[in-house]
Amino acid sequence: MNAFKLWYHKLGSPPYFYVFAGYIQPWLWTIALALAAAGLYGGLVLAPPDYQQGDAFRIIFVHVPAAWMSLFVYGVMAVSAFIAVVWRPKMAEVLAMESASIGAAFTLIALVTGSLWGRPTWGTYWTWDARLTSELVLLFIYLGVIGLYHAFEDPRQGARAASFLAVVGAVNLPIVHYSVVWWNTLHQGTTVRYFGPSSIAPSMLWPLLAMTIAAKFYYGASLMGRARVSLLSLERGKDWVAEIVRKEPAHG
Amino acid sequence: MDKFLAMGGYADFVWPAYAVFFLVLAADVLATVLRRRRVLRELRGRIARRSARQRGSVSA
Repeated sequence: MNAFKLWYHKLGSPPYFYVFAGYIQPWLWTIALALAAAGLYGGLVLAPPDYQQGDAFRIIFVHVPAAWMSLFVYGVMAVSAFIAVVWRPKMAEVLAMESASIGAAFTLIALVTGSLWGRPTWGTYWTWDARLTSELVLLFIYLGVIGLYHAFEDPRQGARAASFLAVVGAVNLPIVHYSVVWWNTLHQGTTVRYFGPSSIAPSMLWPLLAMTIAAKFYYGASLMGRARVSLLSLERGKDWVAEIVRKEPAHG
Repeated sequence: MDKFLAMGGYADFVWPAYAVFFLVLAADVLATVLRRRRVLRELRGRIARRSARQRGSVSA
């Protein structure tokens, strides 16, 4: 517990976090790209066509990881935002605000790829069903958080207001997740389960898991890069930033 | 290869879906790279101005 507390406080310090993030970033990128390469090969080449959907089912390997990430990133953002609202450490604000942009990107991907999958399988690009509508609301909440953050002159004030919105907006998460259970939807229910057997063939499951974990590592890599830039900007008057700028090669 | 690209007749849906996935994430990375350049440029200007002002006050 003491080691964890020490680590938590160290990472809460911007100069330490900057160095730490720069150190782990290349590893996160390497793992993300390697897993994505394996997942793409398994999903596009090795997995056989679905007996009902033919090759259209291959959209699953980008759609499902993006949709899961749209909820996962929101969860991380909401926890950081809660910490930011209650205890106000700068790092929690940075992680929450930078997560919002990445989460919005994944939500947009989930909506567009889902639409492209819906056309050949359901016969429509869009329908106002509970899962699709709640996912669209999720995108609007992300955009609201980003917009509110940028609406303030003082970024710390903006981060606090936007963090509050992010915490309140978390009520939408269970609605998205359980929408296929609570309402009669066109969208299918869960086929991949953590506990008990998944109703998906192993040759289709492993590329899906590879792409899912790749997306998690991508999120980590992107978040580290974004947090570093944000820290340089927020701490611009500090000596440690001047030190880094002096060392950084021009046009870097 | 043609058979692979045809995606069993679903090429018009499968490939755009993959393109959207990678293009949106590429845009996310590019946005960070551009923001990093802009912030570093601003910070360099800020540091240069500050040291110029310090030199000025010493000579005056």
